[in-house]
Amino acid sequence: MAPLLEIKGLKTHFSTDDGMLQAVDGVDIAINKGETLCVVGESGCGKTVTAMSILKLIAMPPGRIVEGQILFEGRDLVPLTSHQLDDIRAKDIGFIFQEPMTSLNPVLSVGEQVAEVLRRHEGLSHKEALARTVEMFKLVQIPNAAGRVHDYPHQFSGGMRQRVMIAMALACKPKLVIADEPTTALDVTIQAQILELLRDLQAELGMSVILISHDLGVIAEFAQRVLVMYAGRIVEQASVRQLFRKPMHPYTDGLLAAVPRVDADAHRLCHREDLDLGLALGEVVHGL
Amino acid sequence: MAGSTLASPSAERRPAWSPWRETWRRYRRHKMAVVSAVLLLVLIVAVVFGPFVWRVSINDIDFNARLEGPSLAHPFGTDDLGQDILARMIYGGRISLAVGLAAMAVAVVIGTLIGALAGMSRGALGHGLMWLTDLFLSLPQLPLLLLLIYLFRDGLKAVFGPEGGIFILIVLVIGGLRWMPVARLVRAQFLSLREKDFVEAARALGASPLRQVVRHILPNALGPVIIAGTIDVAAAIIAESTLSFLGLGFPPDTPTWGRLLFDAKDFLDIAAHWALFPGGAIFVAVVAINFIGDGMRDALDARRVI
Repeated sequence: MAPLLEIKGLKTHFSTDDGMLQAVDGVDIAINKGETLCVVGESGCGKTVTAMSILKLIAMPPGRIVEGQILFEGRDLVPLTSHQLDDIRAKDIGFIFQEPMTSLNPVLSVGEQVAEVLRRHEGLSHKEALARTVEMFKLVQIPNAAGRVHDYPHQFSGGMRQRVMIAMALACKPKLVIADEPTTALDVTIQAQILELLRDLQAELGMSVILISHDLGVIAEFAQRVLVMYAGRIVEQASVRQLFRKPMHPYTDGLLAAVPRVDADAHRLCHREDLDLGLALGEVVHGL
Repeated sequence: MAGSTLASPSAERRPAWSPWRETWRRYRRHKMAVVSAVLLLVLIVAVVFGPFVWRVSINDIDFNARLEGPSLAHPFGTDDLGQDILARMIYGGRISLAVGLAAMAVAVVIGTLIGALAGMSRGALGHGLMWLTDLFLSLPQLPLLLLLIYLFRDGLKAVFGPEGGIFILIVLVIGGLRWMPVARLVRAQFLSLREKDFVEAARALGASPLRQVVRHILPNALGPVIIAGTIDVAAAIIAESTLSFLGLGFPPDTPTWGRLLFDAKDFLDIAAHWALFPGGAIFVAVVAINFIGDGMRDALDARRVI
């Protein structure tokens, strides 16, 4: 079976005052229907730019897709104009943003914002769209959905706003959802709730998910397959189990070692009696 | 509902209202704005229906009743020709208010269009439009007004009649020379708003650039525009009286509020009422419109809890 989305040799570059910045430098990704793929890597490694390149959400200029193909159901998205992509955005590929606090328009009620997506892509009337919005709010488990659709974003907490964002991204039942660090701005309990919600919805709606994160805890929780990105390239690709048990690439190894763990046999970096900063620092560097 | 474990203070809340009714509820919270709206409404009703109630001609000259103070026969007194000031104010009020509101509309529409275009375009167009704005700001307005009115007065008079032609000309000239502050405000708002996450989110959800602007950016930029617009109404009413003063506005015998003030200035010591009533009317109109703008901004800004 052909993959739902296949990215081949994607290179996205930004022109800056100091020359070309190779944010994404030859990335290959394939994701099948119903699969969950995680992309992990440090800040600035190109995860977000890769995701945004799929729907051409990067600012162009200065950004530019220099090379590569993005095949969605066999159709190359790279040569499409922004106008043509508008029909695919949210309809076939949903996007969940990192910042629920600022990603909602403060002067429109949340219901209107979700309904707008439905009216745009499914041609529903105002009433039908609102009814579907209430359904979506129930689906993402917003309490008192029918009453809450008329509220404004500032009346919602961060977790609830992220639920609204998810409702928005999933309103048209897209085949693929790209979640760009959907839980980074939330605290840990809410994180767990949102991830659980995403997983339930994925099972219910049968969509594929690309989850982007720098949080290995989230990855371990959520993914089937993991891609590790570094400096615009994919350095390792493995199943979650493999990745955590036996990382192949030294960078992955370092990434895993950078996470403090409670179960591992840890030892103090420095004891009070032999407080030696130089030694302690050396140990940290060695540990990475 | 699965989310019932979450704290939900929303159990007993008032039923959701339509956005317009909600806006009206919020507007009513601003007491001065409500009072102002009533005052402005009274003014508008007075100038629109006044002539049917107060049936004194604006041109009746009565030298026996020159410069009289307020009385039953002449509630606002008379001028140096014995003409009834109330009747003249009712007539002139139509023109003054219409000029103020129409010129404001012209200024806000042009300013918003140019500001929005300049704010959205990343290239030469935006720079070009801002140069145009700076150019207009640096133009000496009075000589330009003289020239424009001299050039176009007769042509417009021929097409729309003496008062209609002058009205259109004055509205366009005043509005056309007052859009620059609005354009700058709108551009500044757009520059900051277009980079916001929610605009990017709208783009990711398939909103076309036009929809991004109309649905997401413009409503967020409206607050300052409304305030600038209400100030423009006041400025336009005053600008019209300046033009009348220079003999460029409506014909001298058309008693706009500004014209009445101008005529009254030589009699301030012996007939203060002549200046006080039209001056008071301008004052009330201007203050009322400013408060209405204030109330509208509060009512339309959903973030403000009232």
